[in-house]
Amino acid sequence: MLAFIASAVFCFVIWLLLTFNGRMWGTDEIVAGIVMACIAGYISRKIFIKDFKLANPKRWLMILAYLPRFFYEMAKANFDVAYRVLTGRIKPGIVKIAPDLKSDLAITTLANSITLTPGTLSVDVDEEKNLYVHWINVKDEVLEKMPRDYKPICSTFPEWARRIGE
Amino acid sequence: MNPFMIALVLVLVSVAIAIIRVLLGPTVPDRVVGLDTINTLVIAGMLLFGAAYKEIIYVDVAIVYALLSYITTLYIAKYLQGGKL
Amino acid sequence: MMWEIIYIFLGIGVAFNMLGSLGLIRFPDVYTRLHAGTKCTTFGSIFICFAIIAYGLWRWYDGEKEMISLAIHTFFAMIAILLTNPTGAHAIARAAHRSGVKPARAVVDDLEAKEGEND
Repeated sequence: MLAFIASAVFCFVIWLLLTFNGRMWGTDEIVAGIVMACIAGYISRKIFIKDFKLANPKRWLMILAYLPRFFYEMAKANFDVAYRVLTGRIKPGIVKIAPDLKSDLAITTLANSITLTPGTLSVDVDEEKNLYVHWINVKDEVLEKMPRDYKPICSTFPEWARRIGE
Repeated sequence: MNPFMIALVLVLVSVAIAIIRVLLGPTVPDRVVGLDTINTLVIAGMLLFGAAYKEIIYVDVAIVYALLSYITTLYIAKYLQGGKL
Repeated sequence: MMWEIIYIFLGIGVAFNMLGSLGLIRFPDVYTRLHAGTKCTTFGSIFICFAIIAYGLWRWYDGEKEMISLAIHTFFAMIAILLTNPTGAHAIARAAHRSGVKPARAVVDDLEAKEGEND
């Protein structure tokens, strides 16, 4: 029931934002929005909300604090890829990292962050939540020991993912 | 001339470059990568077109196209890898 | 003044989109092509979205009331691009590796070793 109300309210807010055109909404728009939000919320209540982790406002603050740093890393990544497109200097390989995260939300955040940041692209994830990362410019010192050190690959993203998702 | 139209023409040039990869691509995943890139570029093109003519309906089409092309990519990927997802 | 900001955003966006498709041509295998095709086009499209949002907000501020919806709708399109692009790239990379495409010129492949153990 709580899941249904949360997803219906979410859908209704999106409806209000999408139908806003500089004037106040008419009564007919609001009524149609409530009906559609109830239908969509009923259909998607089991898919959309698995648990209530994101109801905690501390996580939203964490996401807001994470965004500027993420955007900075993303800009750096793009200049890196641009440099490699223009010069063709690459040394690719697939490495395994064990970030030691438990929840699905944290591992999804980490995998998407890795894909959008310097020279790395997540390829696969196994049952113990180890990530397999395609790295465009493999550094030799990481290859020496087997539980790979994830600092050179994705800097402090696992800590951020833990704070957001665990 | 409207700057959004100039940007739209340049985005369409990059779509043409990506089409070369779709035609050449030695393996099937190469072609899928090309199609995925073209999808993103087409979304950007629709947004620019909507801004150039001040028609919001093109932006709505772009949102729906983004979500549908994502589902298409997932579907092709599942077909390629076979077995259980 | 406002036009200059929009020109800069559009310039960055278009430049990165073109670099993305150039990288698609120049790189040697699927995984490196995904690097170019995903990161560069996501970043470029986000800057194009910024340009359009700035344009919509500016027109709205100048009195064209309905242009606020251009900014809001473009913001939703930006969220959709930002969420779906890395996930799609991940799906393609995984499917490519499972269907047997080896990374070209790779110096290390841990996933290959792990799949070898299971067989």
